[in-house]
Amino acid sequence: MGFIESFKEGFYSNFIAGDMYKWLLDGLKTTLILTVLALIIGLIIGFLVAIIRSSHDKTGKLRIPNVLCVVYLTVIRGTPTMIQLLIMNFVVFAAVNLNRILVGALAFGINSGAYVAEIVRSGIMAVDAGQTEAGRSLGLNASQTMRLIVIPQAFKNVLPALVNEFITLLKETSIIGYIGMQDLTKGAMMIQSRTFNAFWPLIAAALMYLVLVMLLTFCMNKLEKRLRTNER
Amino acid sequence: MSVSGNVLLEVKGLKKYFGDNKVLDGISTEIHQGEVVTVIGPSGSGKSTFLRSLNLLETPTGGQILFEGVDITDPKVDINRHRQKIGMVFQQFNLFPHKTVRENIMLAPITLGLMKEEEAKEKADELLERIGLLEKADTYPNMLSGGQKQRVAIVRSLIMNPDVMLFDEPTSALDPEMVGEVLSLMKELAESGMTMVVVTHEMRFAREVSTRVIFIDEGKIQEENSPKEFFEHPKNPRLCDFLSKVL
Repeated sequence: MGFIESFKEGFYSNFIAGDMYKWLLDGLKTTLILTVLALIIGLIIGFLVAIIRSSHDKTGKLRIPNVLCVVYLTVIRGTPTMIQLLIMNFVVFAAVNLNRILVGALAFGINSGAYVAEIVRSGIMAVDAGQTEAGRSLGLNASQTMRLIVIPQAFKNVLPALVNEFITLLKETSIIGYIGMQDLTKGAMMIQSRTFNAFWPLIAAALMYLVLVMLLTFCMNKLEKRLRTNER
Repeated sequence: MSVSGNVLLEVKGLKKYFGDNKVLDGISTEIHQGEVVTVIGPSGSGKSTFLRSLNLLETPTGGQILFEGVDITDPKVDINRHRQKIGMVFQQFNLFPHKTVRENIMLAPITLGLMKEEEAKEKADELLERIGLLEKADTYPNMLSGGQKQRVAIVRSLIMNPDVMLFDEPTSALDPEMVGEVLSLMKELAESGMTMVVVTHEMRFAREVSTRVIFIDEGKIQEENSPKEFFEHPKNPRLCDFLSKVL
């Protein structure tokens, strides 16, 4: 059998036969939904924690919330994502029949929030103190100044790092199979167990992740350029 | 020293320590309505800290500051409300880089619910017209020269109709050829009756525009007088020494 024939044969038996390509596509859909949900949860937690932490660093207020945030950051960054996912599924929500995708989104969101928090905090601290002083001297209160003046500038500064975190998150969701969700990775593994061929399904899954990440990077570059030209 | 109007700001025994460092060591003075007070002194003398205490950007360690009769150092006082009436202009301009020139000016009155969008826009354009920068309304601050930035920063404070304006070395970060445009706008403000407190190194401005000059050194007011007396017959030896260096 020549190369072309074996290529055709491999492609057919791994994807077309029994409509197995659908396992990949359904998996891809799950991966995307999971990533977007986790991203939203991560951003909300991350910004909240960052605002509490940087307000504490600057003014010395919010002492107790700050301690809670530090504990959260330490625990989340000090334990593997996988363990957090397993605890979320088999301990926290063991007795509750919650949609697994929500369990996963919570686990990944809470995990990602810790990294987002530190990224955003560095962005907030990098905004010149004069910006806050200008806002406060006009009579704005602390939260108006934070929301209208500091956060927009901080966000712009950390956008590349945030997209990086988004990319990490997308790839990290590939362990969701451990709590029985069929994502892109699990879809590939299911094909492999059916056809006993590792090459085709795994390479296909890898390519799909790769394209997603490249797409994200492309959009990010566009967005970054637009934000810059806005100001110059 | 001519007393022009009601007492607007009354400073009583103002102290500010950073750790063991006594930056302000008991400052007392009054700012009357319509006065233009310049504050001069060597660097590190506490003059900027004094100015920044007047709107509580620095929290005093001791003493009182009465603004229009209210002790604003009292923690129970809503400082944000009083700050609306105390304009401030910074050495580094501190325009908001993510907002256009017009948005910079409109931000505070709209956020604080003092003006509707339309009214704020009209007022902002009127102010920009006055400083000859209306055509820059839709550009971002990065497009402006230092002098233009500082003039925009001044009208950003003016839209709040402040009762007093504080200037913290407003020309120190400017290229020499841009100092004039900022000073002449400040002079115009002074002539319109605005109460001003100006920390500056511009001795000509102090001499020609201000109604009173204060010399601060080592956290204390060493001398204050009308500009004529202050520059022609300085009494304090530190002041004599300082003037001999800068004039």
